Amino acid sequence: MRNQTIYFKNNDVGILETATIAGPKEGEGPLGRYFHNVLKDDLLKQKSYEKAETKIHISVIKNILNKTKLTPRDIDCVFAGDILDEMIVSSFAMREFDIPFIGVYNACASFGEALINASCMLDSGYMNRVICSTSSHFSTAERQYRFPLELGNQRTPLSQWTVTGAGCTLLEKNKNLPVKITCATIGKVVDFGVRDVNDMGAAMTPAAMDTLITHFENTKRKPDYYDMILTGDLGDAASRLLKKLIKRQGYDLDENYNDCGVLIYNREAQQVGQGGSGTACSNLVFNAYIYDKMLQGDLKRVLLVPTGALISKTSTLQGETMPGIAHAICLEAV
Amino acid sequence: MENKEYLKTVRKEMPKSKHALTMVRAFLTGGLICVIGQAIFDTLKYFMPLVVEEMIHQYTITILILITGILTGIGVYDKIGKFGGAGSIISITGFANSVVAPAIEHKREGYILGLCANMFTIAGPVIVLGIAASVIVGILAMIFPGLFLR
Repeated sequence: MRNQTIYFKNNDVGILETATIAGPKEGEGPLGRYFHNVLKDDLLKQKSYEKAETKIHISVIKNILNKTKLTPRDIDCVFAGDILDEMIVSSFAMREFDIPFIGVYNACASFGEALINASCMLDSGYMNRVICSTSSHFSTAERQYRFPLELGNQRTPLSQWTVTGAGCTLLEKNKNLPVKITCATIGKVVDFGVRDVNDMGAAMTPAAMDTLITHFENTKRKPDYYDMILTGDLGDAASRLLKKLIKRQGYDLDENYNDCGVLIYNREAQQVGQGGSGTACSNLVFNAYIYDKMLQGDLKRVLLVPTGALISKTSTLQGETMPGIAHAICLEAV
Repeated sequence: MENKEYLKTVRKEMPKSKHALTMVRAFLTGGLICVIGQAIFDTLKYFMPLVVEEMIHQYTITILILITGILTGIGVYDKIGKFGGAGSIISITGFANSVVAPAIEHKREGYILGLCANMFTIAGPVIVLGIAASVIVGILAMIFPGLFLR
């Protein structure tokens, strides 16, 4: 590791399989046909939305085991996370499996954190097969961070829509897999003093910029090295802000740049404000859409930069600013 | 920690609420709720000519609250609120909605510690400040008798 960037030199951290379950609204979005499963109803006949999210998380891990015909015994560890307090969804999901579990939390950047942790374990040889999974649910997040669902209030134009769904990536130490994780830049917590809870995009933009610039400097790569650079959930306005600000630093994010939160919904038609957010946002977009494109050969080199706003309801009520974090993961298709 | 320059850029670049449009919508929605209230009032008065007007006021409010409770329960009021904004929040129906919505949401944590404890998480400040204001008015009325009499 040098200056935040880790190179997985053995070149054997590969993606064996991915699985996703998306909510009804996500299924109606532009990426609907890429998701492996789409729910018809986001309560799943459960008593609460928290239980429903746990069930989705359990199902997605079961799906990936079924797809690969592996048993829990074959998996060395699961790195899982979500955004509910004390990470109850991942923890409760993991009590269904006989697999060692490490909980990861970096808000909506948790998926990136899971991938980096898992890749280190594989590259160093401590583990052979690990699952990285995250989930989020609109109704559970809305209740925890904002207002009750039935409250008749308006959303500001800056607000984002928490993605309902869960996704997981099965990583294996294997030189022959088509898509590999080759390096990663671990982000720092960056706080530029944004206080508006509805403006999470602006809170995360400085973190994304910091990680991207560090990554480009460390690897001596230009943005055009990648076929696709994807931030996690900055939303439409903030991703344009990022483009503008990073240009002043001499890096041009052009056609090859996009944001998972923007990709996952038809922003105008589905009335989601600036776009999607949540732990499942970058996860679903990567595991369903990007991974598929990489297998097809449409994308060769992808830089995935999941972003997270590190807030809680208490911290914002007590007048704290909103720090952000972003991790960059470089994926290359052979 | 604050980066003034960045915050300035954010204020400039990020999209803002369309105030004119939301104000017109709020006016129309709030007005419509008042018209419905007046219609209920007039109907009640027509059928109960002997009841004093103050009582009919109370009946009207109760009926509006009941309607809101039902509309919240079947998931309609949040759609009205999304359109009307302050127009459907300021009126008595908005208050009713803000009590019923958390009650529904927290029912799953039990009746006492869930429903009852969280029912006033949004409406609570209104009640506290309402009582505080009436205490102040009461003290003023005691010191200056006749101040609030017409």
